[in-house]
Amino acid sequence: MATTEDPRARSESATAAWRRELYAAKPERQGELFSTISGLENEPLYTPDGGEIDYERDLGYPGVYPFTRGVYPSMYRGKLWTMRQFAGFGTAEETNERFRYLLEHGQTGLSTAFDMPTLMGYDSDHHRSVGEVGREGVAIDSLDDMETLFAGIPLDEVSTSMTINSPAAMLLAFYLCVGEEQGVPRAKLRGTIQTDILKEYIAQKEWIFPPEPSMRLVIDMIEFCAQEMPLWHPISISGYHIREAGSTAAQELAFTLADGFAYVEAALERGLDVDEFAPRLSFFFNAHLDFFEEIAKYRAARRIWAHELKERYGAKNPRSWLMRFHTQTAGVSLTAQQPELNIVRTALEAMAAVLGGTQSLHTNSFDEALALPTENAVRLALRTQQVIAHETGVVNTIDPLGGSYYVEELTNRLEAESYDYFDRIRKLGGVIPAIKENFFQREIAEASFRYQHEVEQRQRIIVGVNRYEQEDEEPLEILKIDPTLEGKQIARLEAMRGRRDSAAVESALTRLKEDAAHENRNLMPQIVDASKEYVTMGEMCDALREVWGVWRETPVF
Amino acid sequence: MIAKPGLDGHDRGAKIIARALRDAGMEVIYTGLHQTPEQIVETAIQEDADAVGISILSGAHMTLVPRILDGLKENGAEDVLVVVGGTIPKEDSDELKERGVAEVFTPGAPTTEIVDFLKGKVPV
Repeated sequence: MATTEDPRARSESATAAWRRELYAAKPERQGELFSTISGLENEPLYTPDGGEIDYERDLGYPGVYPFTRGVYPSMYRGKLWTMRQFAGFGTAEETNERFRYLLEHGQTGLSTAFDMPTLMGYDSDHHRSVGEVGREGVAIDSLDDMETLFAGIPLDEVSTSMTINSPAAMLLAFYLCVGEEQGVPRAKLRGTIQTDILKEYIAQKEWIFPPEPSMRLVIDMIEFCAQEMPLWHPISISGYHIREAGSTAAQELAFTLADGFAYVEAALERGLDVDEFAPRLSFFFNAHLDFFEEIAKYRAARRIWAHELKERYGAKNPRSWLMRFHTQTAGVSLTAQQPELNIVRTALEAMAAVLGGTQSLHTNSFDEALALPTENAVRLALRTQQVIAHETGVVNTIDPLGGSYYVEELTNRLEAESYDYFDRIRKLGGVIPAIKENFFQREIAEASFRYQHEVEQRQRIIVGVNRYEQEDEEPLEILKIDPTLEGKQIARLEAMRGRRDSAAVESALTRLKEDAAHENRNLMPQIVDASKEYVTMGEMCDALREVWGVWRETPVF
Repeated sequence: MIAKPGLDGHDRGAKIIARALRDAGMEVIYTGLHQTPEQIVETAIQEDADAVGISILSGAHMTLVPRILDGLKENGAEDVLVVVGGTIPKEDSDELKERGVAEVFTPGAPTTEIVDFLKGKVPV
């Protein structure tokens, strides 16, 4: 028991001695913080005396539990990540053109952005939609628009992602109908629909119904996809918006995983077998600027998910343990000042996502702090991914930062912080009670205010904003949304309403309301039937509002 | 009063500003999300607001902000100071100012600048 002979003890004292004798001899720079962007303190140096790592238990091999190093054995040597640029603006016709442009330039998957009225379940002619139609995404009112959106794009060849939550069930139904019209059976459709309503209450705030019926609709979709759309991901459990709302990396990780567990538990309560649906759950994270913290976040996410699915929820199928995720670079990190710098920021963030083992990636365009991106800016953003994939060499070996004293320590700390949050959420009674108590909203607002304060104190430097500013910047050419398109979309919608069978529409809506009033009926089949009658998304949402009511948040700041 | 018109849910900025103003000693009301122009006008009048800060990132500012200005005017409340924050292109911001908006703050504006501006214009 001669402790002086213990190599760990020796290295500890060696690090401490180094710190005391050598490091402390020169003063540190003053002013800027050395903590991560999320506020985690950093040591000046990490050595083997940090946390103890059991290689097999904590890291293992790519494609092997607990998947810290990656979900697939061959990772990017087998297949590069999917380069998936989010696009959508104006009418379905314009977005269809942008989709084709991206596919022609080597993009490998589609990703659809919907406008605010669509996200909130209002048709383009609703009074709440005035001024918002086609502004931040594409306006989709009915199957008619969806047919135009995917015209000439073979749905058996592409995978499509759709960023929609409250009315996700309707948009999934529209897509399924377009597929069937093209002769592609629903079982062959590949893609992802976001559907993550919990993070709407927490961060993104595009909600319609109260949490309980919203959760029911989510589980209806998970059940429906498990039975009928085996290649489809019915949900993308998202931390992206939580981070954009101002959270820390640890909050993004913990709240997203907590949401994930809430969906698993709700699906189990429905009577589904965990291995029936868990392999189709997918995730979506932010790639922010703090390089190593982000990489650690993705690694911790995989390890926690695998552990909880296996140990807590008893999943037996190894595919149920895999956390596969999409990543988008941080919109919130982009600046309106000297916007070309955003190309650099995005490239670094994208690099972190790749080193963290993402399955697909969206890189933001440099003009997005100002407006929706121009075609040229989108092309540059896509090329950024191509440079990382083909020129930098980071894809040549799997999880190249695994074993870094610093990255492993950060991975462990983010994991530990997540478990602390899981405990706090459990004590509040779970995710939905915590939402109702504004727990998440308050935690995020605190973090976001702290960061803003640090920026204003110049403890955090943002190049071009609070240092290295430039006077008289040349204004950037930005994308302009045609102001006449709202009128065009409304005319299109009215023409469609004139063509359809109004008796069939009425009866489809009556049946939908009946089904909604019965907890034990899956709503998806009725939503698909109504879609085929060209019932609009807004009409279906109104029917459900009648039965379920709407959600209102008590705002806190 | 900090108001969030339109359908977008981007409330990070609105909340940061609300808190900075409160910390600067002002009485702050935050309307919460998804307010119609009519609701905002009504709250401003009910609460007897000295100033209304409109946070908007949905691109619908040219539709929604004039409706708020008109609503205030119709209710005899045109003396309420109106400022706007969000991703507002320069030409839109010029037009909004012509129509009666006192100032437009765009991304990167420090909270101190906004607090100082309001302190100079309204009684604290």
